[in-house]
Amino acid sequence: MTFVGRRLLQLVPVAVGVTIIVFFMIHLIPGDPAQTILGIHATPRSVAILHREWGLNRPLVSQYWLFLDRLLHGNLGQSLYYGVSTSSLVLSHLPATLWLIIYAAVLAVLIAVPLSMIAASRRDGIRDHVVRAIPLAGLGMPPFWLGFLLIYAFAITFRLFPVSGYGTGVAGHLRSMFLPSLTVAIALAPVVIRSLRASMLTVLGADYITTARSKGVPARRLFFRHVLRNAVIPAVTVLGINIGFLIGGTVIIENVFAIPGIGQLMINSIFQRDFPVVQGVTLVFGVMVVLINLLADLSYAALDPRVRFDR
Amino acid sequence: MSAVTVTDGAGPPAASPAPADRAQRRAARRWYRQPALMAGIVIIGVILGLAIAAPLLTSYSPIVQNLNATLQGPSAHHLLGTDQLGRDTWTRLLYGLRVDLRIAFIAVLFPFVLGTILGCLAGYFGGWVDVIIMRLVDIVVAFPFYVLVIALVFVLGPGERSIYIAITAIGWVSYARIIRGEILVAKRQDYVLAAQAGGLSSLRIMGRHLLPNVITQAIIYAMSDIVQDILAIVTLGYFGLGVPPPTADLGSMINDGQNFLSTHWQLTTIPGLVVVIVGLGLSLIGDGLADLLRPGQS
Repeated sequence: MTFVGRRLLQLVPVAVGVTIIVFFMIHLIPGDPAQTILGIHATPRSVAILHREWGLNRPLVSQYWLFLDRLLHGNLGQSLYYGVSTSSLVLSHLPATLWLIIYAAVLAVLIAVPLSMIAASRRDGIRDHVVRAIPLAGLGMPPFWLGFLLIYAFAITFRLFPVSGYGTGVAGHLRSMFLPSLTVAIALAPVVIRSLRASMLTVLGADYITTARSKGVPARRLFFRHVLRNAVIPAVTVLGINIGFLIGGTVIIENVFAIPGIGQLMINSIFQRDFPVVQGVTLVFGVMVVLINLLADLSYAALDPRVRFDR
Repeated sequence: MSAVTVTDGAGPPAASPAPADRAQRRAARRWYRQPALMAGIVIIGVILGLAIAAPLLTSYSPIVQNLNATLQGPSAHHLLGTDQLGRDTWTRLLYGLRVDLRIAFIAVLFPFVLGTILGCLAGYFGGWVDVIIMRLVDIVVAFPFYVLVIALVFVLGPGERSIYIAITAIGWVSYARIIRGEILVAKRQDYVLAAQAGGLSSLRIMGRHLLPNVITQAIIYAMSDIVQDILAIVTLGYFGLGVPPPTADLGSMINDGQNFLSTHWQLTTIPGLVVVIVGLGLSLIGDGLADLLRPGQS
């Protein structure tokens, strides 16, 4: 079977598993879910309506089937607070989140590539040690706290960027989303720096680098054409693996910077005890990670033919 | 004189290792010579000391409000000032550390144990056991960590118990992956084959022969995992899903302070800085342990 076909087939159990976990979220609620969701003002009638709508009085398997059937029709359920469908809420909040994810990934690469080049250029030198110390401090940093520091420094003290918001138009987005994206990027960069530095050191030790050096290839050309090109592939994989972390970070950062993405939608819905929306957003996040991982794997296979013939 | 024979059996083989090898091993055992490890132990030691000795280090209560002394700057009475309800920031910091560190250190144990057991089973038995456990791993990692933690704690209801359940339900995955990988390599080694040939039970081989050889990696990972757990606990506290108020918690302190960011920046920055220092200390211990326990790799 082709690599693509095999990879798609592997997706099926994961996708089913993701829907099962999201489905069971409702059943983790202590007591009667309908009663809990509707709160203290629930009338027996509204509880009964919710029971019927979600099929809560049917056996679990049949409930799951109902859930899956609706899902396949694009129905993520009805928001209890906004009174509109969850899928329309998600769709309207998705662009801001995608902006943040892509912007942050780009910034993370822009931070990580030069730093790891500096570190790898002279192993165990002072610059190497300094760069390697960054992850130690960065890994334990609460992302939302870093956001506040950046707000305090660049938005309140120097007034370079807006304190919060999404901005309008591409230029507005680029300006307004810079601080939030930088926050996510700084949280992500240490992981990328670590892997990029390691793969650069491996490449630097390879025979073809020695050959290129002995041919008299200038240092700059050597680094960009020979080292960086080959070192970037493993780093892209690491970025792909950590995409879950990146996306999880956006949930927090969107709330710090008041960006109208699905992360903010999720937290707001938690405060409004809007279970269907929380459930729907969790599912969308899961699907997003699965799809991005698939994309990373496929692009990896396109870049490196060896992957396709593996196993 | 049976004790002598036992010692002989367990001792080093008759041909003693080369002197250089022995010296190297002795050097590796001198854990106090590892600067990273020492620095980490000192940092965590001081932080733990502060947290444990909290009642001795402050005369204030972390929860009693004093509305006559709100939002004060640092002074002789209030070392780090007071918050919007007049509570001493230094006191809340110490008690918050107590709560967050306790939860983090307990929370890391459950996924460690569960993940190690499942990883052992998957790696040792292979076949359908492996397939089922690894599919479960795939499904759990499909969700962003924070999304699933926040969703689970929300559904289960805020509080300490929910934090433990959520972190265990997600955290075991990394341990299972690490242990499974190690077991896959270790189970082909001669000592395992010898134990199998000797007719030892699978349980005994896993528990007595394999586990002591593979657990190191999980212990090293646990150090960075505690950092992640602390971040998760602080983040949950920040969103009001952690330990319910008025109990002091670093996350809720940061949340309380964010409304006063432009005028009283210390209310937000200091609790976060403490989290960073704890994270740094634990990362240093993790790196130091890695150097100590697997020499020759970096």
